[in-house]
Amino acid sequence: MMNRRDFLKLACFSVVGTPARSVFDRLTGKDIAGPTKEGQPKWAMVVDLKMCASKPGCRDCVDACHSIHNVPAFNNPKDEVKWVWTDSYKNIFPEQSHRFVSVEVQTRPVLILCNHCENPPCVKVCPTRATFRREDGIVMMDYHRCIGCRYCMAACPYGARSFNWKDPRPFIKKIKEDFPTRTKGVVEKCSFCEERLAKGLKPACVEACTTKALTFGDLNEPNSQVRNLLASKPNIRRKAYLGTEPKVFYLE
Amino acid sequence: MHDTAKVIAGIAVFLIVVLSPVWYNTVTGQASYVPQLKLPTDEKYCVETAPYMRTNHIELLELWKKIVVRTGKRIYKATDGKTYTMSLAGTCMKCHSNKADFCDRCHNYTNVQPNCWECHVVPKGVKTEATEHAR
Ligand code: HEC
Ligand code: HEC
Ligand code: HEC
Repeated sequence: MMNRRDFLKLACFSVVGTPARSVFDRLTGKDIAGPTKEGQPKWAMVVDLKMCASKPGCRDCVDACHSIHNVPAFNNPKDEVKWVWTDSYKNIFPEQSHRFVSVEVQTRPVLILCNHCENPPCVKVCPTRATFRREDGIVMMDYHRCIGCRYCMAACPYGARSFNWKDPRPFIKKIKEDFPTRTKGVVEKCSFCEERLAKGLKPACVEACTTKALTFGDLNEPNSQVRNLLASKPNIRRKAYLGTEPKVFYLE
Repeated sequence: MHDTAKVIAGIAVFLIVVLSPVWYNTVTGQASYVPQLKLPTDEKYCVETAPYMRTNHIELLELWKKIVVRTGKRIYKATDGKTYTMSLAGTCMKCHSNKADFCDRCHNYTNVQPNCWECHVVPKGVKTEATEHAR
């Protein structure tokens, strides 16, 4: 028989212990990351900035992505929805752009998209688990669960997410049947083309790029093209100091 | 205090008024109305059996959605061993190409308004009702 004293001790431990466990899991990122299974790929992208800049004004990858995914074009920065786009080096890598960096480099376009972070802040804040991290490292949106609270947009340090302030359908040039649109009131972003990866295809942006600036592959594969590039050339990531572990890498 | 006749007359009027829709439907034959569904002509079987689909297509679609979005897998193995790509627009609508006289007709009868087609794109050539969201 348990006496009253032992019972109270046990009760105290369980009351304190139960939340402590979930706090511990949260802090260590356990419930978010999960173990990587043997043989599971871990997708990543390498962007070669010089090669990308070799074709000024090019929008091949952006157009390819936005057309197959039914991304609307509002032509209005306030409502803008984007999965992949460009901005200047100076804006994207402010910590690298001191006044002695040449104007040519500072104004170079940098391709930006969701970084599919290993440690994604958007996933931590989503109250409905509409955004989650798959075992292959892809940070996915489950549009069916999105309630439009936009916590993920506030949490993302890269501005990689867009909100549908209006019904997007009238602003899609040609609606593609193969991929659902979104509605007013949901957040959207790049998915590393998971629907194409499932068919063994590369992401649409990588396929559309004619300057060979984009390389996509598996970080868990020691001989993959991405691993070779990352091992042989100096590379940077956006705001790596935040500890989000982005999986889009840039060669300067 | 002998208003029995008035009370009975009142109850009779009340019953006639309240039950009039039932009588109307019985007399005009609408009580036995069930929507006539247009089934696919070039296919004999659904993904699962028809009675199962009638009651469980909601759960089946929910399951498909979960598996595709959460795990990335896309092949569904039906009870009879046949395999299907798990896609609402791509698989269901390929066979049920008359959405207006199938999904829509039954959903109108049962007053169900799925919001799926606000995002999912009805393939070309599929007949839909001309409602706002073509439910
Ligand atoms: C807010 C927009 C939206 C709504 C509303 C919506 N879906 Fe989806 N659904 C999507 C998107 C986007 C995908 C594709 C995700 C991917 O492949 O990355 C998808 C994928 C799916 C899939 C798997 C693949 C496919 O193409 O069919 C199923 C099944 C599905 N949804 C079922 C439903 C059902 C059933 C409903 C209605 C109850 C619904 N969806 C409502 C956006 C939506
Ligand atoms: C291979 C073609 C095919 C596909 C794919 C298909 N169906 Fe069917 N479906 C049929 C046929 C044929 C019937 C009639 C079967 C019968 O009467 O035995 C049917 C029957 C049904 C019924 C029952 C109708 C009734 O009351 O008699 C429902 C509901 C249904 N389908 C929904 C769906 C949904 C939802 C999907 C996608 C998940 C789907 N079907 C995919 C061919 C198909
Ligand atoms: C025999 C009648 C019938 C047919 C045919 C039918 N449905 Fe349904 N459907 C229903 C009923 C009834 C419900 C509501 C069930 C409930 O709420 O429990 C429903 C609900 C749904 C839902 C869930 C709605 C929600 O808001 O969650 C989806 C999705 C759906 N149907 C898709 C389809 C599609 C696609 C087809 C055509 C391929 C179809 N249905 C054909 C009767 C039918």
